[in-house]
Amino acid sequence: MQWNSWSDFLNMGGYGLYVWVSFAITFCSMAIELWLLRARKLNNQKAASKGHTQ
Amino acid sequence: MNFLKYSSPQTFYPLAGKLIPWFAISAALLILYGLYIGLLIAPTDFQQGEGYRIIFVHVPAAWFSMFLYVIMAAYAALGLALNARLSYMMASSIAPTGAMFTFVALVTGAFWGKPMWGAWWVWDARLTSELILLFLYIGYMSLQASIDDKHRADRASAVLAIVGVINVPIIYFSVKWWNTLHQGASVSLTKSPTMAAIMLKGMLVMAIGFWLYSIAVILLRVRREIEDRERSVALLQEFKE
Amino acid sequence: MNTQSHNSISTFSVLLRVFQRDIRLAWRRRSDIVSVIFFFIIAASLFPLGLGADPKLLHAIAPSVLWVCALLSCMLSLPRMFAADYSDGTLEQLIMSNQPTLLIVLMKTLAHWVLSGLPLILIAPLIGLQFNLSAVELKVLAQALLLGTPTLSLIGSIGSTLTLGVRGGGVLIALLILPLYIPVLVFGAGAVNAVAIGISASGGLALLGAMLAVSLVFAPLAASMALKIAIE
Repeated sequence: MQWNSWSDFLNMGGYGLYVWVSFAITFCSMAIELWLLRARKLNNQKAASKGHTQ
Repeated sequence: MNFLKYSSPQTFYPLAGKLIPWFAISAALLILYGLYIGLLIAPTDFQQGEGYRIIFVHVPAAWFSMFLYVIMAAYAALGLALNARLSYMMASSIAPTGAMFTFVALVTGAFWGKPMWGAWWVWDARLTSELILLFLYIGYMSLQASIDDKHRADRASAVLAIVGVINVPIIYFSVKWWNTLHQGASVSLTKSPTMAAIMLKGMLVMAIGFWLYSIAVILLRVRREIEDRERSVALLQEFKE
Repeated sequence: MNTQSHNSISTFSVLLRVFQRDIRLAWRRRSDIVSVIFFFIIAASLFPLGLGADPKLLHAIAPSVLWVCALLSCMLSLPRMFAADYSDGTLEQLIMSNQPTLLIVLMKTLAHWVLSGLPLILIAPLIGLQFNLSAVELKVLAQALLLGTPTLSLIGSIGSTLTLGVRGGGVLIALLILPLYIPVLVFGAGAVNAVAIGISASGGLALLGAMLAVSLVFAPLAASMALKIAIE
């Protein structure tokens, strides 16, 4: 383990902002992608259940 | 095992459905392991302090932005050669993920560059080529979106993807040449100092994690695409009845 | 009469006709050609207007400004290559005839270059004078444009065939081919810049020549494939 304390870990030797924003953007982008796919799935399910009754 | 039977969307759909959980879970595990190495275990860099840790997401994202484009072009070529709908669907399912990784590579590159070299953006060969790659992805997706006839959209964007992949090395070379001519940023953002083995390991683990994630997401997207196309076919048939 | 020679003569004459027809039709609407030239002139003059008239600055930005404006002018005239023939059905006729689509595309690309590239090669050095480019630089600029504008037409033919009849045409073409134009821009502006800083332009010109060669081989192939996709 590299770190002695939580605050050291968050601080990242002064680079905390850059490191954490980078990781956040990476994983948020992946999360958004997954979320959009999920929305598309729900949309398709809704359309499928409606479609055949028309 | 006869793989060819999976080349039709109908048979591929359930296969994809079964495979996705495996890829998703192994992706999550590897990414967590990669984060463990990158954030907790890997030592401080001699030159860059803790800020270098961004490479654990930046480099894998950059690798995949390029790798996925090549795979996309390969599926496009396969589609044109075999006239296989599923190949076209795979190609168009790869694009958004590839574009996402390109975006991530660019943004993390900026956040890495700012503390290290003092500028949010440097016009070095790698970053500039990455930017152009994003344009290529967007062009591909725009062309697909603009053509209503799916059959034509598939084939036209396939041609575009192949033209793009031929151009990527040309573009990269031209940007490198441009860089040396203008003697611009002599430091390349992605030219990292000699790396400790553990750092390389961390990047590789993350890269494999991203790869598994990509496969899972692309399979998900192909299933949605298959559903979409089936539905429009079904709607058409209803109108005919 | 030997059928072999009859067929080869007929192909040649069909291709010549395609080329002549494009030129003639464009000549009837001369304003189209002239307006593209004027676009180049106006767009280029926007830069000094925006940046100020400092001769040193203008000299420095001239190669890139002139090249970018050349790119954009070329791009503006791209829809003309195929759109009119597509909408009135001539294109379909041409493709369904036995003549190789590849050569038809090449002829139309050549016509496009004659109508938009060639005027640029003649006009750009004149505009370059306004930017204080020296005689040597102007000569290199003309040479670079001579090598580069055919490539722009060739790459452009891919963009216009892919987007035939598609909505959002003009901007979509831009989105597709501007990234592909970048190497031409880099080598072309680079050649002129090289002279400006005292090194030889031969590197940039050679690279432009290489790009032309590569485009000559691949672009008509891709464009004719795209054409067949659009027509079906």
